[in-house]
Amino acid sequence: MNLNQQPHMASPYAPPQPGYQMYPQPGYGAPHPTQQYAPYNGHTSLYQQGAPPAGYSPYSGFATKTYAANVLSDSFSSSPPNLGQGRAPPVSGAPPVSASDSYSQYAQGNVQNGPPSVPSQPQRPPVSQSYAPATVHPGTQPTYHQPYEAPTTSVQQITGHMAGMHIGGPAPNLAGSTYAPPPSSQPMSSAAFTSTGPPNYTPQLASASQPPSSMSMTPGPPPSMYGAPPTSQPSFPGAPTPPQSAFAGVTPAAPPVSQQSFPTGAPMSQPHYSSVPTSSSQPSMGGPVLQQPPFGAVPPASAQSQFPGAAQPPVSQPSPYHSVPPAAAAGFPPPGGATVTAPPRHPGMQGPPFANQSMSAPPASQPNHTGAGMPPGPPIGGVQGPPPQPGLQGFHPQQNGAFGQMRPPQSGYAAPYPGQQNFGIQPPPPAAAPPAQKRLDPDSIPSPQASETQPVQKTRHRIDPDAIPSPIQVIEDDKANKGSEPFITGVRGQVPPLVTTTFQVKDQGNASPRFIRCTAYNMPCTSDMAKQSQVPLAAIIKPLATLPPDEGPLHLVDHGEGGPIRCNRCKAYMCPYMQFIEGGRRFQCSFCSCVTDVPPHYFQHLDHTGRRVDCYERPELHLGSYEFLATVDYCKNNKLPQPPAFIFLIDVSYNAVKSGLVAVVCEELKTLLDHLPRESVDEESRIRVGFVTYNKVLHFYNVKSSLAQPQMMVVSDVSEMFVPLLDGFLVSVGESRVVINSLLDQIPEIFADTRETETVFGPVVQAGLEALKAADCAGKLFIFHSSLPIAEAPGKLKNREDKKLVGTDKEKSLFQPQVSFYGNLAKECVAQGCCVDIFLFPNQFVDVTTLSVVACSTGGSVYKYSHFQAQTDRDRFLNDLRRDVQKPMGFDAVMRVRTSTGIRATDFFGSFYMSNTTDVELAGLDSDKTVTVEFRHDDKLSEDTGAFMQCAVLYTSCSGQRRLRVHNLSVSCCTQLADLYRNCETDAVISYFAKHAYRTVLSSPTKNVRDVLVNQCAQILACYRKNCASPSSAGQLILPECMKLLPVYLNCVLKSDVLQPSAELSLDDRAYLRQLVSCMDVAESHVFFYPRLLPLQKLDVEGDALPVAMRDSEERLSRAGLYLLENGLNLFLWVGSAIPQDLLHNVFGTASFSQIDPNMTSLPVLDNPFSKRIREIIESIRAQRSRYMKLMVVKQDDRLEILFKRFLVEDKNSSGGASYVDFLCHMHKEIRQLLS
Amino acid sequence: MATFQEFIQQNEDRDGVRFSWNVWPSSRLEATRMVVPVAVLFTPLKERPDLPPIQYEPVLCSRATCRAVLNPLCQVDYRAKLWACNFCYQRNQFPPTYAGISEMNQPAELLPQFSTIEYVVQRGPQMPLIFLYVVDTCMEDDDLQALKESLQMSLSLLPPTALVGLITFGRMIQVHELGCEGISKSYVFRGTKDLSAKQLQDMLGLTKPAGTQAGRGPQVPQAPPSNRFLQPVQRIDMNLTDLLGELQRDPWPVTQGKRPLRSLGVALSIAVGLLECTFPNTGARIMTFIGGPATQGPGMVVGDELKSPIRSWHDIEKDNAKFMKKATKHYEALANRASANGHIIDIYACALDQTGLLEMKCCANHTGGYMVMADSFNTSLFKQTFQRVFNKDVQGSFKMAFAGTLEIKTSRELKVSGAIGPCVSLNAKGPCVSENEIGTGGTCQWKICGLDQNSTLALYFEVVNQHNAPIPQGGRGAVQFVTQYQHSSGQRRIRVTTIARNWADAQTQIQSIAASFDQEASAILMARLAVYRAETEEGPDVLRWLDRQLIRLFMFHLRRSPFLQVFNNSPDESSYYRHHFMRQDLTQSLIMIQPILYAYSFNGPPEPVLLDSSSILPDRILLMDTFFQILIYHGETVAQWRKAGYQEMPEYENFRHLLQAPVDDAQEILHSRFPMPRYIDTEHGGSQARFLLSKVNPSQTHNNMYAWGQESGAPILTDDVSLQVFMDHLKKLAVSSAA
Repeated sequence: MNLNQQPHMASPYAPPQPGYQMYPQPGYGAPHPTQQYAPYNGHTSLYQQGAPPAGYSPYSGFATKTYAANVLSDSFSSSPPNLGQGRAPPVSGAPPVSASDSYSQYAQGNVQNGPPSVPSQPQRPPVSQSYAPATVHPGTQPTYHQPYEAPTTSVQQITGHMAGMHIGGPAPNLAGSTYAPPPSSQPMSSAAFTSTGPPNYTPQLASASQPPSSMSMTPGPPPSMYGAPPTSQPSFPGAPTPPQSAFAGVTPAAPPVSQQSFPTGAPMSQPHYSSVPTSSSQPSMGGPVLQQPPFGAVPPASAQSQFPGAAQPPVSQPSPYHSVPPAAAAGFPPPGGATVTAPPRHPGMQGPPFANQSMSAPPASQPNHTGAGMPPGPPIGGVQGPPPQPGLQGFHPQQNGAFGQMRPPQSGYAAPYPGQQNFGIQPPPPAAAPPAQKRLDPDSIPSPQASETQPVQKTRHRIDPDAIPSPIQVIEDDKANKGSEPFITGVRGQVPPLVTTTFQVKDQGNASPRFIRCTAYNMPCTSDMAKQSQVPLAAIIKPLATLPPDEGPLHLVDHGEGGPIRCNRCKAYMCPYMQFIEGGRRFQCSFCSCVTDVPPHYFQHLDHTGRRVDCYERPELHLGSYEFLATVDYCKNNKLPQPPAFIFLIDVSYNAVKSGLVAVVCEELKTLLDHLPRESVDEESRIRVGFVTYNKVLHFYNVKSSLAQPQMMVVSDVSEMFVPLLDGFLVSVGESRVVINSLLDQIPEIFADTRETETVFGPVVQAGLEALKAADCAGKLFIFHSSLPIAEAPGKLKNREDKKLVGTDKEKSLFQPQVSFYGNLAKECVAQGCCVDIFLFPNQFVDVTTLSVVACSTGGSVYKYSHFQAQTDRDRFLNDLRRDVQKPMGFDAVMRVRTSTGIRATDFFGSFYMSNTTDVELAGLDSDKTVTVEFRHDDKLSEDTGAFMQCAVLYTSCSGQRRLRVHNLSVSCCTQLADLYRNCETDAVISYFAKHAYRTVLSSPTKNVRDVLVNQCAQILACYRKNCASPSSAGQLILPECMKLLPVYLNCVLKSDVLQPSAELSLDDRAYLRQLVSCMDVAESHVFFYPRLLPLQKLDVEGDALPVAMRDSEERLSRAGLYLLENGLNLFLWVGSAIPQDLLHNVFGTASFSQIDPNMTSLPVLDNPFSKRIREIIESIRAQRSRYMKLMVVKQDDRLEILFKRFLVEDKNSSGGASYVDFLCHMHKEIRQLLS
Repeated sequence: MATFQEFIQQNEDRDGVRFSWNVWPSSRLEATRMVVPVAVLFTPLKERPDLPPIQYEPVLCSRATCRAVLNPLCQVDYRAKLWACNFCYQRNQFPPTYAGISEMNQPAELLPQFSTIEYVVQRGPQMPLIFLYVVDTCMEDDDLQALKESLQMSLSLLPPTALVGLITFGRMIQVHELGCEGISKSYVFRGTKDLSAKQLQDMLGLTKPAGTQAGRGPQVPQAPPSNRFLQPVQRIDMNLTDLLGELQRDPWPVTQGKRPLRSLGVALSIAVGLLECTFPNTGARIMTFIGGPATQGPGMVVGDELKSPIRSWHDIEKDNAKFMKKATKHYEALANRASANGHIIDIYACALDQTGLLEMKCCANHTGGYMVMADSFNTSLFKQTFQRVFNKDVQGSFKMAFAGTLEIKTSRELKVSGAIGPCVSLNAKGPCVSENEIGTGGTCQWKICGLDQNSTLALYFEVVNQHNAPIPQGGRGAVQFVTQYQHSSGQRRIRVTTIARNWADAQTQIQSIAASFDQEASAILMARLAVYRAETEEGPDVLRWLDRQLIRLFMFHLRRSPFLQVFNNSPDESSYYRHHFMRQDLTQSLIMIQPILYAYSFNGPPEPVLLDSSSILPDRILLMDTFFQILIYHGETVAQWRKAGYQEMPEYENFRHLLQAPVDDAQEILHSRFPMPRYIDTEHGGSQARFLLSKVNPSQTHNNMYAWGQESGAPILTDDVSLQVFMDHLKKLAVSSAA
């Protein structure tokens, strides 16, 4: 770690703390200053250019390999490694493999291919992502094919890698089967390279024109490679060396490595390169050439890095490029041209990728990929891009710059050239020097093993943050590659686009990723494999997720009086996986293999393929998600349910009245009640409503329509709660409108002079529960609560906040409820179908831990508005409330997940209650709630049939209809670890890890929890390294493409407020976050842990695209910039102190920085395009999140900034959280320990 | 001197007293031998339209243990401005205000005709009257409607300053806050949990009465105190009327085979608690309207399963009434709390089945409240009775009085043993308290929370003078009754009645003693004693005791009355009858024991006839008044005539008159009586005729064949002994015991 640590980073963080108290909602803030602005900006701009280019799906693929690449060569400095791999670039292309070897030799090169980009998005991505992906996909695959091919490609690559590695065998097969190309590639690989190199190419080839590619690739690249490498190497040395001086040994080594790698791997890789390389590595090649010049100067490196990015593309397009490449090599432009024509993207991609690759570890990465089974990377294949990053840090930095540029290039294939040019340009900006230094560090990284001290000593030698896998890169690559084509769910085991990518889904038999996302789409066949890999097997299910309008609502199927057709044994519901046999008279369950008779009314003949003739007329036979109409057998007490009810329980104690809460709620309810959820067929909602206010006692209201005025019924005996009235408490809004309005008008008046400060809480929930019991219906309680319930009543709490316990073994007690009362109450609520939503408005400790128990067990939500003041927090609260009231939801739900024999759902996370081990009981289930299910093997799975899971949710709709929603998902099963690593989703893994860890804090000290997380992560990566990556020096960090972001994200989890709180953070805030995370979906958890940082100063006011996000680091922020940061809960607008006058004027309407009001919660409405656009962006971001985010304006160097910096998660933070670079080093060390 | 009859009558009219003996035997021994103790039926607030209240306070004897009030029997030294207390012989100085006193200028209290005099206490605030309605909502809609109307009507009868409150109950109990604008507000309690006054105070937010409006400071003695739950009629008249109008039948579903859940026990407890913590020691009426038995919570008298019927006498005897003891205990506790604070509990029970009066009787009995039993709120019996509660006297004030205490002072030779009536002991020991307790004894002060002009207490005395300490000839014993009460105008008043009777030596003056015997008063006094014992002892034991005591003719009817006989009566009815017997004055009590029977025929003017089966003749119309029932019985022939419609024919106008006569008389009785009697119009063979047949002396039954088939009378099919047999037996007994 130390190695990585960059002093700069650290220093900035230190100060943060003070800030918190200031903020009403301390929750999250963590400021990170970003340093390198320039590059980004560049990127951005570049991007824009590049963006258009297109899909870089390949990137991810690249990424994977990238690491490898990175890993490999110090010289190449695989992207991640930033460490030493500088050289990689040259190598990158093909060399990777070889590179890796070489690296290994160099040992030092712990090259960290950081680029976990595989599936995920390497930050560096720019390089890797853009390149590899772009090229590959675009070129090769038509929409449809892409998926397939892509995979195949990946497979092939994998295989190739495999081959190179050890795995080779199976993968190839797959590949082979799928693609003709593979063979060719394989040969290549196998023959030429044991290592990855080939595969990548192959894939590319496969996708594109293999022969040509291979052909061209081989020839071209090698030369270039070689030629380039050397060059590059030299350059690297130059750059790195200085830094390395510290590492001295290392550096030197690196260069050699790279060179060596080239030589060794080179052959292998080169061939690839020749084929692919040209494109990918070649780009490097070609790029190299070009780049080389750059290399000479660090900047060039960056340029190259870009290339690497391009390189990948090359992969896919290699062939075209190849041809071109040469030319390109000479002059990028040509490639560009080429790219454009053939696989535009590719070219672009290639160019950059290569650059990257070449730069960083491309070589390494590639090799890795190849060897490693960069598999994931089919797309990735090309991906090695990431490696590029690794590409000596120096490069990275450059790359960063490059990346920015890179992308642009990517976008415009032609761009590549430009990109290159850019690079050229950028290089300068990169401030070559710094990067270079960083690169040096990389070198040092390898040494981590040796000693941590070194790093310190060699402070100068920093790992270049730009060289390590960049989330932004991965995200952007994925967008480019997968965003344009609909995601067809028909194919088993394919990894869906990232959550950050906007895409359309076509349901062809598997549930949309909007409903279910898995951590792994290729499940290990055996538990041994699963255990070995340590990759969690989990599905993150959002059963009632809202679908975009163009995907339409789910079909409702009615099987008549008998109810849905189900398997006799396991009770699985009819789904596309059921096999009809005996002419359609019976069907065999795909989950348990039991044969069941088809009821006569459901009988249908089979066609010649064995499918039912009516297959496409029945949603349950060809869709992944659909609903059944449930019969009375599925209802409580065998009685059709009543329409549900909403009960509003409003705290009217002194605090609540004074803060304006009561008035705000009452006013809002008047209009909000018109928007209760309803079925589209209904005129008005059938949900009934009831009202209760309370302080120390409860007030129920009779609002029966026949009354002239509402009646208030006070229940002061709170020790045993009961509902004082039956008739008139729950009413239809339409009928009782007048009385309700009268009531809502009066409530604020009645309590305007209250002096009651004490409140109760337990009885409030009981009251709602009893009311629902009395009405015999399910429903939801909305509790608006202000303070710790200290009044004498059941569920009375005391203030127990004790900061001294933080960090001790007793800390866990803080996360446990202080009384068991609420747990028991929650059980009763669940039994009745009473969902509880809690809105908290505390001015001090309210014990969220204890209060939220009820919400967390009933499928409810908790909202917290600390120090609520009507004028400032009104919008946030009301928007949340509106959304909460209006969102579609089901009541009294039971969810059951059935799986193929062989695996079993063993653990569940989320807001629900379980009275047995299989049924997830949700008193309420809304469209935002997610349930995470962990699977364990209890037998073997079959590779042939894959694994199936069926998630069935029985619930009562808002109109009182009982329904069953069924989601089916099939995933592949694998016997090769490489397949597993190639088909997993880092975001989902992180989401699972976070939920698991957040639950474990209940029973273990947070330190242990963190250690376990780090350890498991290290094991995952070590397993990959050991089993899937091509053999290489132990000093190399090789990351699977799909998981290259695992370290950075994991680090975010580790230093999240729950696991590592800052001193100012209140217990309530931590508890609040803890329960929030438990039911987040992948998209939410992703942005929560890795906030989105958008630069606004160079906004394109015309278009409607969001600016490309930046990495969360303070050093990337420009003093002259304006940035928007959001994590789903908080929204900051950071204003640099040197913000240009016109910007200041356009946005804030003020003349000077000092005149900006830090308390504003919305931007002034100014009539200029810039202001408009910014406000639009803010609105659109808010619209994306399930909770409304209050805007906080943070001025640079203002007190608030400390809060803000906590969100710059790549930086070190005040409470001891490591910076990304440091953590990566640490991770690398862990892995090495595991390996040795 | 006139006859004793006149003397007695005069005394009753003036002082509201009826002594069993009007000349007292002068020694304990002799008094004991006379079996009937020296006792008095005292009607403290005997209506005296001719008695103007005196606007000053009484002069008290200065001896701390005496504190008797200056009265006409005191010897006064006009010169020295001294007076001697006639009970303790203490000599007292007249207060300065009496400076002008002289033989020619005597204050009223010294005038003999003012043996009963009423003072008005000027000190202290005038307390408003308080009426707290406790209304059951578990009843049929038309019943509830009728009740609501009655209640709304009652508001108009209340003085504008009176405070009213409303508590409704069913499964839950609602305490309504009055006078809320725009929203009606009530506090709700569950019916299964009893609350102490303290808890209630907290829950109703009464701890800081000034909390919301008057600001800080302890209860300010300003204005008439009121709170959110009890407010002046004038202020919340409309509000309360609306509130009552919107009262709904208890909305909780009652499944088949169940009784509605009725939380009467807790509702009453809350009512008592509410008044306890807001208006202690102030006159207040808790008027409870119930449509059925309490079925849950403390005070429940029956479960909610219809298949288990409410307890009967049979169950009670078999010790099979599982809720009775607990419920009785609950209500007794309430009664004690209420009476300690001077609050009255009225019970208006209207249901066909029993409602648990047996368990709740103490509430009314101890507090001087009314107990009214009817079949439905939608009957004139209830409506008129309820209306009559608010009857006013000539001065326009209610005939009811509140929070009274009765204190008795006696001459040395006499001590008070106890009282029987709607009162509770105040446990005031004093020199005039006897050690022998009869009824509620051991005290010389009783609390009578609610009293009206008919409320009558039976007070029993003991002659303590020893035989060897003869009283000089012409000596007189005196008794002073001091009744303090809150007049319905809000004033505190003190009514003092002082009477004196001669002592006589039973050995020498037995004639005069015998002549002074008041047969009617004695009968009632003994009957009260019997009923009192019947309440606490087994029925047959009491009968046996009664038999052993002096018996006169009319004890025959007493033995057959519902006061002692529980056969054919539900426990509730028994309680109801006994309740009224214990508080009515002599005349009414007599009627209760021996109903009056009038006969109407063409043979002459209406005449009272023997309460005997022989009085039932075909051509007669009989009017029977049993106090609780007014029954008109048409003889067989008359009934046939009536059926034939003769009364419609002008030529038979006399028949119409004959038919009308008893009805008019009945109306007259109905108008004057509280509670309203059940009015029954029946005829020979009618089912309701059973009321008559069960009362008359069965002189002719299927057993005594000699009467069978005779022209006169109607045979009664019963095995009960007839008066004839009873008397025969009695005579035998008297002789044998004398022997």
